[in-house]
Amino acid sequence: MDFQETIIQTDLRNLTRQFVQKELIPRIEEDEKNERFRPEIIEKMGKLGLTGIPVPEIYEGSGLGYQEYSVAIEELAAANVGYAISVAVTGLPQVIINQFGDERQKQKYIPPLAQGRDIGAFSLSEAGAGSDAASLRTTATKAGDFYLLNGTKHWTTQGDSANTLIVLARSGGPGSQGISAFIVEKGMEGFTYGKREKKMGCHTSHTMELLFQNVKIPLENRVGLEGEGFKIAMAALDSGRITIGAAAIGVARSALEVAIRHAQEREQFGKQISEFQGISFLLADMATQLQAAQLLVRQAAWLKDQKKPFSTEAAMAKLFATDMAMKVTTDAVQVLGGSGYTQDFPVERYMREAKALQIVEGTNQIQRMVIGRNMTTRR
Amino acid sequence: MWFFSEEHRLLQQTVRQFSRQELAPRIEKLDNEEGFNREAFLKMGELGLLGITVAEEDGGAGLDAVAATLVMEEMGAVDASSTLSYLAHTILCVNQIGKNCSSEQKKRILPKLISGEWIGGMGMSEPDAGSDALGMKTKAVRNGDTYLLNGSKTWITNGPVGEIFYCYAKTGPNKRDLSTFIIEREIKGFSTGKKFSKMGMRASPTSELVFHDCAIPLNNRVGDEGASIKMMMQNLDLERITISGISLGIARASIEVATQYAKDRKAFGKPIGAFQQIQERLTEAAAWYEACRSLTFQAAKMWDLGLMKGKDASMMAAKAKLQSAQMATQVALDAIQILGGYGYTREFPVERYMRDAKLMEIGAGTNEILRVIIARHMLGTEVADA
Repeated sequence: MDFQETIIQTDLRNLTRQFVQKELIPRIEEDEKNERFRPEIIEKMGKLGLTGIPVPEIYEGSGLGYQEYSVAIEELAAANVGYAISVAVTGLPQVIINQFGDERQKQKYIPPLAQGRDIGAFSLSEAGAGSDAASLRTTATKAGDFYLLNGTKHWTTQGDSANTLIVLARSGGPGSQGISAFIVEKGMEGFTYGKREKKMGCHTSHTMELLFQNVKIPLENRVGLEGEGFKIAMAALDSGRITIGAAAIGVARSALEVAIRHAQEREQFGKQISEFQGISFLLADMATQLQAAQLLVRQAAWLKDQKKPFSTEAAMAKLFATDMAMKVTTDAVQVLGGSGYTQDFPVERYMREAKALQIVEGTNQIQRMVIGRNMTTRR
Repeated sequence: MWFFSEEHRLLQQTVRQFSRQELAPRIEKLDNEEGFNREAFLKMGELGLLGITVAEEDGGAGLDAVAATLVMEEMGAVDASSTLSYLAHTILCVNQIGKNCSSEQKKRILPKLISGEWIGGMGMSEPDAGSDALGMKTKAVRNGDTYLLNGSKTWITNGPVGEIFYCYAKTGPNKRDLSTFIIEREIKGFSTGKKFSKMGMRASPTSELVFHDCAIPLNNRVGDEGASIKMMMQNLDLERITISGISLGIARASIEVATQYAKDRKAFGKPIGAFQQIQERLTEAAAWYEACRSLTFQAAKMWDLGLMKGKDASMMAAKAKLQSAQMATQVALDAIQILGGYGYTREFPVERYMRDAKLMEIGAGTNEILRVIIARHMLGTEVADA
């Protein structure tokens, strides 16, 4: 692992940053307020190659690694966590199909997602199966050339705009062995949307309830073998954790930047507030934690790119980086005081966004379970 | 608390019922729309809550700081926004008028504030004088029978809805030349600036107060010219003790919701309350809450008994406020975490609790300024400000 970014990574960072400045920043406050998601932004990102970073060029992806993917997600999250998550979630079906799908599935589904023409989603959680994903109840019953999909999914990010969704459902007995993964397309008969969650933050990213009533899924839309679904989902979450860690870096970095600027400009008691240790030490801790998190995320991405085991490191990166982001954004509000509490400055939004990152892609409680289990299980 | 009187317990029950009936049904919508529960103030008036610390002969309830803090906790557990507005009205405005105004001024102003017909507020902070309150620049210049007031105040709770503001201004060249004026909304040259859009406390309207050649009649000055600093500082202490009640309320409500959820929610075949990670958060929250509750009510009780003088009172108040505010923010954050995805949605109130709690670390003295106060007391100003 090198501490210096490669030329490709730096170029990608600059490209994403320019895009964000031009396309996201000018409208993000308004869109957050109106809970508006713009699919055309994903399409534009697709043209720049930002939506298919980790999939091979033969499927119209960028053929890069998770280190590059992380750079792009970080830059997006520095402006808005909603769009960072949107890109990460559009990546999930691509990564899953690329790793576990057959050639037909790869050729049909990956290119439009990688190019940003289609939007992707990943649907695992249910009302009674969140952290305990293996207890899900949505069923996929074989009937001739089809599976009939029945059930209700919760917490599906951009489920309302996605064209290609990976849905986990029970095709066999109880427990994790009875779960399979399926590709569901927008508009399939019997597939409808339930309520859209009213959330604390990340409003540009819609969180949907999905309803499946006798949805006919062709057999050829099953990804991997029957009963392999849980393994597929866990593998996807392992990689996904790196992207959420990267998003945490982005939002924390922005919060720190605003806090530093404010500490330099604001005067009380006749001097810059940065001259008070109460402020400067807060900033010092924020910066130190941010750097530590950055290194953890980069390490996890590097391990994955090297095809080495990375599950524990990805869980550590997600846990540490998102807890860091919560702390750093909360402290940024504190540095700005009353101004930080208003919507005239973005730090209160950053704080609301950071909280989501401690919950998605496996709550931080689950990350601790994964780390603890990986460390103590006898092999 | 073991030292609550029968009267305190009765008050607690009354406010609990009032909060359930009048505040709970409306707060979600008002929080969403940045509204204000104006009707609740009329009900508070009927219950005698608006002049809670004012002497009975002035039309108040004649109760103490313990009582006021109790009300804050009970209301704060349901609707922190309205409670904050209630605090600005009752402690920052009405209590000060009751303590420092002449009987003529009291007769003129207090009845409508105590009935809830008028809403009150207080003006101290300015755009460039937040933590550094004595750095304020709003000036009042004597001109015959009036004072000409110029300047602006910011972060004024109840600014957009208030009729009466208890405001401080400089009447001389020195930092300590502070005087107090009663500002009535209709006065010419007075306006309230834009309403702030905030992260939390959204049903408690906040704005600036702007004075542009505002002619204040002499009989709206409170006390002697240049003699306000002590009255201002003392009331900051009472404010910090009583506002800690709001932190306690938010924390208590967060713990209640999280505990219930930990019993109801199942994962891996058992209630999540069976997992030590969840138990750790719940138990730490409960213990920290109890510690802060003891600290806060002890401060209130000592205040009522007159056991603290000057800087001792400031230090106790600062400690209670500093700890309860941090506790409330952390406990509300942890409650969201325990509820996971549900905690992040508006189907459960914990995300609102968290947004509201964060203000407790900023309003009525930021954590940072409270630490300065405590440090000065512990180390002496020669060392602390060296």
